[in-house]
Amino acid sequence: MDDARKNAVCLRVWGDNACFTRPEMKVERVSYDVMTPSAARGILEAILWKPAIRWQVTRIDVLKPIRWESVRRNEVETVVSTRNVTTTMSSGRGDLGLYIEEARQQRAGLFLRDVDYLIHACFELTDKAGHEDNHIKFAQMFRRRAEKGQCFNQPYLGCREFSAAFEPVEQGEELPVPISESRDLGWMLYDLDHLEAEPRPYFFRAMMEQGTIRVPAWDSSEVMG
Amino acid sequence: MSNPIQNRYEFVLLFDVQDGNPNGDPDAGNLPRVDPETGNGLVTDVCLKRKVRNYVGIAHGEQPPFEIYVKEKAILNHQHERAYKALDIDLSGDTGKRKGGENVEVARQWMCKNFYDVRTFGAVMSTGINCGQVRGPVQMSFARSVSPVVPLEHSITRMAVATEAEAEKQGGDNRTMGRKFTIPYALYRGHGYISAHLARQTGFSEEDLALLWEALTNMFEHDHSAARRQMSMRGLYIFKHDNALGHAPAHVLFDGITVQPRDGVSVPREFSDYQVTVNDTGLPQGVTLLRQVG
Repeated sequence: MDDARKNAVCLRVWGDNACFTRPEMKVERVSYDVMTPSAARGILEAILWKPAIRWQVTRIDVLKPIRWESVRRNEVETVVSTRNVTTTMSSGRGDLGLYIEEARQQRAGLFLRDVDYLIHACFELTDKAGHEDNHIKFAQMFRRRAEKGQCFNQPYLGCREFSAAFEPVEQGEELPVPISESRDLGWMLYDLDHLEAEPRPYFFRAMMEQGTIRVPAWDSSEVMG
Repeated sequence: MSNPIQNRYEFVLLFDVQDGNPNGDPDAGNLPRVDPETGNGLVTDVCLKRKVRNYVGIAHGEQPPFEIYVKEKAILNHQHERAYKALDIDLSGDTGKRKGGENVEVARQWMCKNFYDVRTFGAVMSTGINCGQVRGPVQMSFARSVSPVVPLEHSITRMAVATEAEAEKQGGDNRTMGRKFTIPYALYRGHGYISAHLARQTGFSEEDLALLWEALTNMFEHDHSAARRQMSMRGLYIFKHDNALGHAPAHVLFDGITVQPRDGVSVPREFSDYQVTVNDTGLPQGVTLLRQVG
């Protein structure tokens, strides 16, 4: 227990908009009602990550009512073809540009607006951790960075255009109160397993109870591949 | 090209529009984008990034290493063949142990070297495997207007018709009507972030950064059209941290720049109706404010 407290962190994140895209509706993006554990992990990693640690989100508190906004944008429908690039590279000539008029899609997105969350997480040391690595070192490094607003890249709420502001909530500090709402959020993306060549999605049954979503551990039976 | 930037930056953009439509909403028949809950106007991140691309395309004639990958055909159709410089790519020290072959990694780096927008904003490369992604160092958010906006609808007439059939139907009257939408005046505020760590991965250099500031400063000057009418960059405030990780939360720095309608102004119709206050005295240690515009 003592050890678990040492590596526990609590981070408040907020922003104007967010889109935690449902994988089954990602052409015209529709966000989940709340932040997914995988998005929360992405935010923590934007502040601190080393191969020696693995973040585990334990709880997500929703601090503001769930509200929506729809935005339609012109987007591009293709991706850079590696083969074209390598051909052009070796021949030294060619046309690689992508003309947006010819590859245009108009996509609507149903985004969240005015969001505010509390991420509770801890981390484990991986087998890449060296002798000098320990929980306290990384926990303090994370706190120092979060306090000063330092980050590897600016964290974001699901998509990069929805940047997240963040600040740590120190242990012992009074926690902001989540919204008093309970909802069955259904099956929600837990995270992607990147260990194999094709990333594999895992899901869990998310329940919001009085604004709080408890996130099970990776190896728990509640997480299904 | 091989000296990526070493500092973290954030920036605040202030730009305004007069009797124009800064960014149409395809969902609302091209009305200016409006946040329905607050009535404030919106300009998407991709709209602003498009203008940066266009400016760089014009400034550097679409030549590597400043070529633009995502092009607008209207301006840039004139060059279809060009010689790319075969570049010596140093792969050592890269985290290239992902599956998918060396090919992807080499192609990715080569794209970064030749294309300004790939280096700056990133791009997705197709491989079928989740590894061909380039995350660019420059991240931008939606811009929002400081005050609620009032989109106006104007009916306009054209003294000609497009087809023979239409002319016949009108018995030679030959007139059509159309609509255009404008906002009388709005001042927008947008935020951007630049990560030195991601710059290291794409090779986004000091020279590229200077070009980005130049593009943001001048992009509206080369983007005039009937729809947009008068748009101007009114403020570009850059927070420079003296290291890569930064010294203060971005939102704290952004809070140091406040924009409000002046006392007594109930209907802002020009930039001077707003009071921009820049608090550059209480900056956290290690952060400097560069006032590029405004």
